[in-house]
Amino acid sequence: MSDETTDTPAPDADVITDEVVADVEAAHGELADEAEAAEAVEAEPEPDPNLVTLNLNGRDVAARKGDMVIAAALQADEYVPHFCYHPRMSPVGMCRQCMVEVEGPRGPMMVVSCMTPVADGQVVRTDTPQVKRAQEGMLELLLANHPLDCPVCDKGGECPLQDQAFSHGPGESRYVEEKRHYEKPIPISDLVYLDRERCILCDRCTRFADEVAGDKLIHFISRGNDTQVMTFPDEPFVSYFSGNTVQICPVGALTAKPYRFKARPWDLAQRESTCTTCSVGCRTVIQSSRDELLRYQGVDSDPVNWGWLCDRGRFNFEAVNSDLRLAAPMVKSDTGLVTASWNAALRAAATLVTEALADGGPDSIGLLGGARGSNEDAFAWAQLADSIGISYRDAQLGDGLPAGILGLDRATIDDAATAATVILLGPDLKEELPVLYLRLRDAAEKKHTRIIEFSTLETGM
Amino acid sequence: MSRLNDHNVVVAKEIIARYPKKKSALIPLVHLSQQQNGYVTEDAMRHVAELLDVTPAEVYGTASFYEMFRFEPTGKYLINICGTMSCALMGGDDLMHHAEHTLGIRAGSTTSDGLITLQHAECQAACTEAPTLQVNYRHRYRVTPQAFDELVADLRAGVLDAEVPPHGSLGRTRQQIPADRAVGAHHPDDVTEGPVWIPVSPA
Amino acid sequence: MSTFNESTDRVVSPYPWAPGYYPSDRPAIVTSRFQYEDGHTLERYLATGGYEGLRAALAKSPSEVADEVKNSTLLGRGGAGFPAGTKWGFTPQGVWPRYLVVNGDESEPGTYKDRLLMECDPHQLIEGSLIASYAAGLSQCFLYIRGEMPLAHERVATALNDAYAAGYIGTNILGTDFSVDIVLHYGAGAYVVGEETALIESLEGERGMPRLKPPYFPAAVGLYGQPTIVNNVETLANLPFIAKEGSAAYTAIGTPTSPGTRMIAVSGHVVRPGVYEIVNGSTTFRDLLYGDDFAQGIRDGNDLKAFVPGGGSAPWFTADQLDIPFEGPQAGAAGSMLGSGAVMVMDSTTDIPAAALTLVRFYAHESCGKCVPCREGGTWLYRLVQRIVDGYGTDADLETIRQVGESICPGDMPHASSERLGLDAVPFPYKMTTICFVGPSAYVPIHSALTLFPEEFEALVTKRAERRHIPVMAGVAE
Repeated sequence: MSDETTDTPAPDADVITDEVVADVEAAHGELADEAEAAEAVEAEPEPDPNLVTLNLNGRDVAARKGDMVIAAALQADEYVPHFCYHPRMSPVGMCRQCMVEVEGPRGPMMVVSCMTPVADGQVVRTDTPQVKRAQEGMLELLLANHPLDCPVCDKGGECPLQDQAFSHGPGESRYVEEKRHYEKPIPISDLVYLDRERCILCDRCTRFADEVAGDKLIHFISRGNDTQVMTFPDEPFVSYFSGNTVQICPVGALTAKPYRFKARPWDLAQRESTCTTCSVGCRTVIQSSRDELLRYQGVDSDPVNWGWLCDRGRFNFEAVNSDLRLAAPMVKSDTGLVTASWNAALRAAATLVTEALADGGPDSIGLLGGARGSNEDAFAWAQLADSIGISYRDAQLGDGLPAGILGLDRATIDDAATAATVILLGPDLKEELPVLYLRLRDAAEKKHTRIIEFSTLETGM
Repeated sequence: MSRLNDHNVVVAKEIIARYPKKKSALIPLVHLSQQQNGYVTEDAMRHVAELLDVTPAEVYGTASFYEMFRFEPTGKYLINICGTMSCALMGGDDLMHHAEHTLGIRAGSTTSDGLITLQHAECQAACTEAPTLQVNYRHRYRVTPQAFDELVADLRAGVLDAEVPPHGSLGRTRQQIPADRAVGAHHPDDVTEGPVWIPVSPA
Repeated sequence: MSTFNESTDRVVSPYPWAPGYYPSDRPAIVTSRFQYEDGHTLERYLATGGYEGLRAALAKSPSEVADEVKNSTLLGRGGAGFPAGTKWGFTPQGVWPRYLVVNGDESEPGTYKDRLLMECDPHQLIEGSLIASYAAGLSQCFLYIRGEMPLAHERVATALNDAYAAGYIGTNILGTDFSVDIVLHYGAGAYVVGEETALIESLEGERGMPRLKPPYFPAAVGLYGQPTIVNNVETLANLPFIAKEGSAAYTAIGTPTSPGTRMIAVSGHVVRPGVYEIVNGSTTFRDLLYGDDFAQGIRDGNDLKAFVPGGGSAPWFTADQLDIPFEGPQAGAAGSMLGSGAVMVMDSTTDIPAAALTLVRFYAHESCGKCVPCREGGTWLYRLVQRIVDGYGTDADLETIRQVGESICPGDMPHASSERLGLDAVPFPYKMTTICFVGPSAYVPIHSALTLFPEEFEALVTKRAERRHIPVMAGVAE
């Protein structure tokens, strides 16, 4: 992944086009990622020595060496149904839904495409009767114990199990036995609820908690048909990243308390945007209904957050709707802060600046822009500062040292994640820049980056 | 407090040292805690997690996979009656019915005096001596209803203590690796060369 | 099902410390010490040629010893029957360390041999492990014994302690530069852990769920990601003989493709259920079930109805297959497998659906839960068969069983031929959508039973036209 980002020019991510929004609306989060990544690959000017050619359903497609067949198929617009596969986590081959036929020395072999690497000259078929029978079989088996919760389940309408049962499933279930039952749902933390009856045991949430977040607080327990996702008693799933498990869960087993029963996905209006809770600036999509902010989802942006959000950023919309929030400007007066109109407030501010200019010139004014605004915000206040002539300006708010201080060039997140060594001076990344922590953690776990941390406190690293 | 006692912590550390990676000692340590407490408790799992540098959720998740670990108080004697094919062919089902009737409990429950827990079990690797059962995992062969009744009477009278230790105790002899003879366990990342007795040139 | 047999009219085996074992005039490679009550002690072991195989091996180079094992074509005794010497050769060059994991997790229905070997002759296993470690360059050996065998734990622990003290294990064994530790590890109750990658997972302290092969072939990526040899207890128990007497002495017994001996447990409705060390390759099932030296025929003068030839996961045979010898390829062509050397015999009094249910229940219960077909399909099959045996099944359920089975094992399912029904054999093995064989093993018994005895199921089910309702709560077990 990191090689890809240094070779490939990043897609024009700052421009929110209708095409981008339409992609996000038309598919699930992870399918949008595949489409984006596909555009990135096909934008390559000259042939890449890392590409192989495989024959997929009769046509030749290019794939990156080291990719799995499922990634190649999805990029080539041949949809292969899947549950446990997630492009940003290691494949486990557990759900058996992504089976395809690969031609072998003894004829076609059915393999799970998420654990089969692409090879030059490979012949893959995703549409034979055997593959279809296997796909239908897996879906029927998954639906055997799955409760008929769709009418009351948050995931309905954006549910890969629903969608794939419709597109690749058998149409009817022959299961007449008693389904397995659990108390439903149970809170596994203040933010996340777990419904074990709906769970299809795809291992995505537990894998995320282990591999990506490093908070191994949820785990499979028991065995066989009685397997469940669970926390240790009295140790809830208190992780700064727990909200991601709700987003990647392919069914409604994990639901977020702030969103439960608030809306149906087809009721939501959405816009892609940037989170402003910290200066990482994760890519999000903001969803609302009836003029009320209801949910943020992470968007897979290759140079930034890879689809992850931290819980502080993800559930920040609650602050937007809070009664405690300032809804109108206030101006200091003799009696304290008084609500004013925008005109009055702006005139008051302008008066203060003009008086200061007259007293001490532009150098008597400093402008603190803040590091959490978007690039557009930064442009706006910098322009204001330019027009007034203010040279004392800063954007840091305890987020770190100015870049020039060690005589080093500024680095992007990708630069840091592909560096040989990263030195952390002071910040507790997990607290202050959580998704950057995830990116660096991934780099360290993959053993291509060494992280050296200087801190006076015990940090999350 | 059901954390491992001081003696068991010493044993635990010795066990951990035998493996190249600490987490491998998880099952042996949970067995140790079950031997100490009669069943696996939350505090014991927390303690094992501390000793192994893993989260309690990992210990609980792994331990609950395995059938021998019980997470609720168990009778002093756990009677497992096999119901798999060879034993079923030789009357294992009838034996289970007789056991339930005699003890007055359904399989999966404990007698009210807390002495005997009765369970269905699967193949116990004694198939030629069917039907078999295990008392705290010690085998009994060719068990007739009469033999079962005699066993229960013996257990109630406490005469089998030499043969059958309380639930949780497995092999009463532990492996001891003498320090002067041990090769020692090395983390695989620390091993760069082949063992000394293998010639260096590729075979 | 069958009525209970009083033990008074059953034959008792001659050695009470090795219950079920019967000696004979046949060569006893691995059971030679079962005749001694103290066969598990170091004293008896040394007095009967113990550790001479190790000495002979240490006098040769490791690759010579490996070649000797390869030439003996010793087949694995865990169930897959893969040649051990070839397996050792799969480890990649120059990748260290390598480990030996001994699979002592005997749990396959019908199988009873490894426990006897561990309880009655633990030093033989230790010596075999040492020879394997020497030959294949394995730095540490883990002896994984099933948790429910405390006597085996005690015997093996004592044997290990004695062997360490006497210098047979540890640093500089017998004064050479061969050094290896053997670590005793108990399991905690899970049949699936007998699968080699699940065994490795369990040894790493994880849930015992199998890994996908490819890429996680143990010889390439095994314990802690290192090359690992996983061998069954009985397989290793043969090594002292091979190392001491040579591969030619081993191949002189049995047939060219199935040399040596193997331990078979015959259980169920025979006159003399027992554990026998048979000559591999040439012994037939007829010899085993009816021979005077073996099970001596069906009990009470009854007829043979069916038998499971290779442990619970093997498709069933009937009297039509009695003359098949203990040759892997022949058993495979006939629609089954030799598996772990466990023969379970059903006579004419057997209720076939109930018998099949015990095995379907076993595999559904032992499913690890990792993959969908086994976890959901295996349990579905169990609920279906339970409902049918309880009398609430329909003919539609019989078809559902086949459909669910096909989701687990696509394509033609192996089964034996039947003269009575005019069926040809479908050769083994099956295809599977699962990660390991546990899921298919839930289907195999009910498929064999349905295929070979359809009339017994037809008699139990109601025809759909007659049915008025399905009581859905029926057949919910546990």
